[in-house]
Amino acid sequence: MSLDSLLFQAVNGLASASGLFLVAAGLSIIFGVTRIVNMAHGSFYMLGLYLAVTLAPALSPWIGGAAGFWGGILVATLAVALLGALVEMVLLRRLYRAPELYQLLATFALLLVISDAVLFLWGPEDILGPRAPGLSGAVDLLGRRLPQYDLFLALAGPAVLLGLHLLLRRTRFGRLIRAATQDREMVAALGINEALLFTAVFALGAGVAGLGGALQMAREPANLAIDLSVLGDAFVVVVVGGMGSISGAYLAAVLVAEVKALCTALGVVDIAGYAFNMSRLTLVAEFLVMALVLILRPHGLFGRPQPPATTRARAEPAPAPLGRRGAVLVLVAVALFAAVPLIGQFFAYAPVLALDMVIAALFAASLHFIMGPGGMASFGHAAYFGLGAYGAAFAATRLGAPTPLAFAMGIGTAAMGATLFGWFCVRLEGVYFAMLTLAFAQIVWSIVYQWEEVTGGSNGMFGVWPQAPFDEPAGLYLAALAVTLAGLFLIRRVVFAPFGFALRAGRDSSLRAEASGIPVARVRWLAFALAGTLCGAAGALFAFAKGSISPEAISVGRSIDGLVMVLLGGVQSLMGPVLGAGGFTLLQDMVMRETDYWRALLGAVILAVVLLFPSGIAGGLRRAGNAR
Amino acid sequence: MRSVPTLLDIEGLAAWYGEAQILFDLSFTVGRGEAVALVGRNGAGKSTTMKALMGLVRRRARRMAFAGRDIAALPTHEVARLGIGYVPEDRRIFTDLTVAENLDLGRRPGAASLWTDAAIFELFPHLAGLRARAGGSMSGGEQQMLAVARSLVGNPELLILDEPSEGVAPIIVEQMIGALLRLKASGMSFLISEQNSLLCEAICNRAYVMEQGEMRWQGGIDALPAGSDSVGLFTKLK
Amino acid sequence: MNAGAPVLEVRDLTKSYGGVRAVDGVSFDVAAGELLALIGPNGAGKSTCFNIVNGQLRPDAGAVRLGGRVITGLPPRRIAALGVGRTFQVAAVFGSMTAAQNVQTALAAARGGTFDLWRPARRLGREQALDLLAQTGMAAQADRPASTLAYGDVKRLELAMALAGEPRLLLMDEPTAGMAGTERREMIALVQALTRARGLAVLFTEHSMDVVFGHADRVIVLARGRLIANGGVDEVRRDPLVREVYLGGAPTEARP
Repeated sequence: MSLDSLLFQAVNGLASASGLFLVAAGLSIIFGVTRIVNMAHGSFYMLGLYLAVTLAPALSPWIGGAAGFWGGILVATLAVALLGALVEMVLLRRLYRAPELYQLLATFALLLVISDAVLFLWGPEDILGPRAPGLSGAVDLLGRRLPQYDLFLALAGPAVLLGLHLLLRRTRFGRLIRAATQDREMVAALGINEALLFTAVFALGAGVAGLGGALQMAREPANLAIDLSVLGDAFVVVVVGGMGSISGAYLAAVLVAEVKALCTALGVVDIAGYAFNMSRLTLVAEFLVMALVLILRPHGLFGRPQPPATTRARAEPAPAPLGRRGAVLVLVAVALFAAVPLIGQFFAYAPVLALDMVIAALFAASLHFIMGPGGMASFGHAAYFGLGAYGAAFAATRLGAPTPLAFAMGIGTAAMGATLFGWFCVRLEGVYFAMLTLAFAQIVWSIVYQWEEVTGGSNGMFGVWPQAPFDEPAGLYLAALAVTLAGLFLIRRVVFAPFGFALRAGRDSSLRAEASGIPVARVRWLAFALAGTLCGAAGALFAFAKGSISPEAISVGRSIDGLVMVLLGGVQSLMGPVLGAGGFTLLQDMVMRETDYWRALLGAVILAVVLLFPSGIAGGLRRAGNAR
Repeated sequence: MRSVPTLLDIEGLAAWYGEAQILFDLSFTVGRGEAVALVGRNGAGKSTTMKALMGLVRRRARRMAFAGRDIAALPTHEVARLGIGYVPEDRRIFTDLTVAENLDLGRRPGAASLWTDAAIFELFPHLAGLRARAGGSMSGGEQQMLAVARSLVGNPELLILDEPSEGVAPIIVEQMIGALLRLKASGMSFLISEQNSLLCEAICNRAYVMEQGEMRWQGGIDALPAGSDSVGLFTKLK
Repeated sequence: MNAGAPVLEVRDLTKSYGGVRAVDGVSFDVAAGELLALIGPNGAGKSTCFNIVNGQLRPDAGAVRLGGRVITGLPPRRIAALGVGRTFQVAAVFGSMTAAQNVQTALAAARGGTFDLWRPARRLGREQALDLLAQTGMAAQADRPASTLAYGDVKRLELAMALAGEPRLLLMDEPTAGMAGTERREMIALVQALTRARGLAVLFTEHSMDVVFGHADRVIVLARGRLIANGGVDEVRRDPLVREVYLGGAPTEARP
């Protein structure tokens, strides 16, 4: 490593930090006032970028290259702000009193819809933006050529920070934002129209994110994966900087970006005789920064403890033990599923679909365990699915482990990951928990993506075929069915054991639970680890079922699939997630494969569930049953 | 005293915090230019009554009228805009904002206010020197003055003061009484809750006594014996 | 238990916030079988004092001893395990469970059975839970979901849960807050009866003076962080300083 390469990377880091900061700042401002974590914030960034790469070349012939470039950025920013206002008025306004989980899911649905809208409008190919007129050259510094545009971006971050600071300090609108962040009720009691304020704040936050995206046009191509990758990074930044602190967001963005840049600049280093390629460790470094900050300052660098959410979900009804009729139904269902290989001779596709459903059932049930009884809605449960899958795949292909051992190693990998990440996550509540789980999942995804030697990078791993007797479709299917049934049975026992009651106690009232001597954090931690372990089993089954595994299995989308399955089935019942998983898998199989726009469709399904059927399919059935 | 036209007319008001019902069937009125005291111990429901008026808690009533307008279904900001200024118990000053900024938030943009900065600082001379001070670094009494001032700049007809002398030094209470009396002389109406009756006796015409979320007594302020409070009063009534 | 020794000893508690002494050298004892009321005007330091005893706050100076053992600064959960039951101003119970399950869960926690992942919880401790519910007048409601109980019953349920840990000391933050007149008197009478029957020490804060003066054995009064009175009900009611800062009214108007 040399000083000049360090400097080069430092400037590069500051340039990335600026984009990250803009997204995080918008997210933070919106959350401060409305208490909604906008999952679609990365989408606003992405839209800003797409609009800019389209508008700049379109405007340039009319008003000149430079004016077109900057005009494109301006128009893109304003358009995204306008869209933000529209979204607030049409969608979010219905959600302010809804439980946090629904707010998160509804904004995630928005992310999906925007993602497919972009796909529809711009197509799947990456789009390169124009160079910035006048800033496309490089500056010589210490013998190294630093791109002018990177320097400009490095300065743009602090400039926007200053601008936001002035807005918040010097304008009435800014004072309203600061006041509402502290005490919304009192702001309303002074005669200020909250609804209008919220719309304006949402437009501001969206616009800032859009600006962040638009500014990147000369630096990175517009592509469809940006929304999620930016969202994950922004969550890390907001958690590290402290929710609601703009300066904290900037500091955290710089910290995260610079630590990554430093790793890249260090390159290969010798530590105790071993050569480490530090540039491959950027994402581990990101995790370490976040972990360190959260251990030392649980509310982030500049954050304050947040008041608990004002809207709580209404008391969940207890999961009911199976009645006689329920037991019969379950036995019939198990028998039917066990008989699937028999009909497989006639309908070749049935076992494949049934296997998907069985794996999805375990995935959803393990998520439901922490989400329902635990009250912890994880937005990164796929991380443990992926760890289980990759652990098993690695053991089977690279280590040549026999199938049962590889399966066990997959579960062990997931268990270790869930135990480690869970320790941090269970200390947080509500949206913070959701953000941190999502950020961890993004980190796992990125590690898998980057660590090519072990994981095969973006291509994933192939040839993960199980050995006899699991190499026959029926053998694997029956083994998977047995594992899933064992997992479901275990969850059922735990939920109805004192531990399950203690878990629900911590969810219903952690104050009362602690006063009764229940160590709420430890109970949650064990539940989280257990859920991750079972999810890892589902992941390991998945790897063997498909014969291959790719980073897609860890993606946020996969995590959200789990949430949708649980919500489709209804959080209140233990059978819910199983039904939801079945329904979702069928829907995905029959409908979503037929269209290129399945994300938008999924988004529509989520919005329908959230807005129309807040208690899911099982809850709806139960209510219909009660009504009779 | 009872001949003044009614400004605030409440009948059969009930309110809840979550599942717990806090107020039961309250009825009371405030006349124009009148100052009415809500007397009672902590937890009697005085603060909740005021929050219920502002629409800050779940409430139901047979009648809730202010200046002839039904306010039962109005969102908080519209209640405020009709001319009710609310000064809550813990004052709820925006601590990160300066005195000047706090005042600015109370103003309605586009609407002329009788309460220019000059008028405010004439009423509360002490605040004039604190304009650039952060709300969070002020004493209880200073915050109380600011909270009243912040409501005044919105041109209210009725001021709701929740325990205005709570945690305030006696000397400041006296200044506060002076300021409130001047406001009253200019036609302002008041609903004031107090545990300690010094301020009420100086300003109020009538009093309602609350206990356990219900109205237990009402009458002229003179009927409250000197230095009395609800316990003393109740021992007497019983 | 040593009959003469107090269950709770509080010595010279001091706690400041930004230079303001919220609690200033407060000392008092609670004996077994005694119902001690902690009263005072708003901002007198009642909550601070209460939260130091239950472990939510750590004092700047001073000590809290339970049965002679120093518990100052222990987390609430540890203090609970040492025999301190609590009820909250806004009653907190587990809304998704029946009344009996609420108490069963508290019983399991008290017996160190929280991490039992396997045995069905349905029957565990049910008899004892029903017994506790009967003691708090909740027998008929045992199998109703806690979320459907009337608020007064929620408060009784919370009391049964606090008793599940077989506490020596019960800390009650406004035990009758949010209850109507008759309910209130019944609740405090119940607490009083349990205190006598179990030899419990009870420390409670309260705003209704009829509850305090009708049922407490002793009253301590805080004002501006200092203990200004500590004595029997009548003694405190007549105390001129207490009348001046808190009760008001002339001494002659004391209730018969």
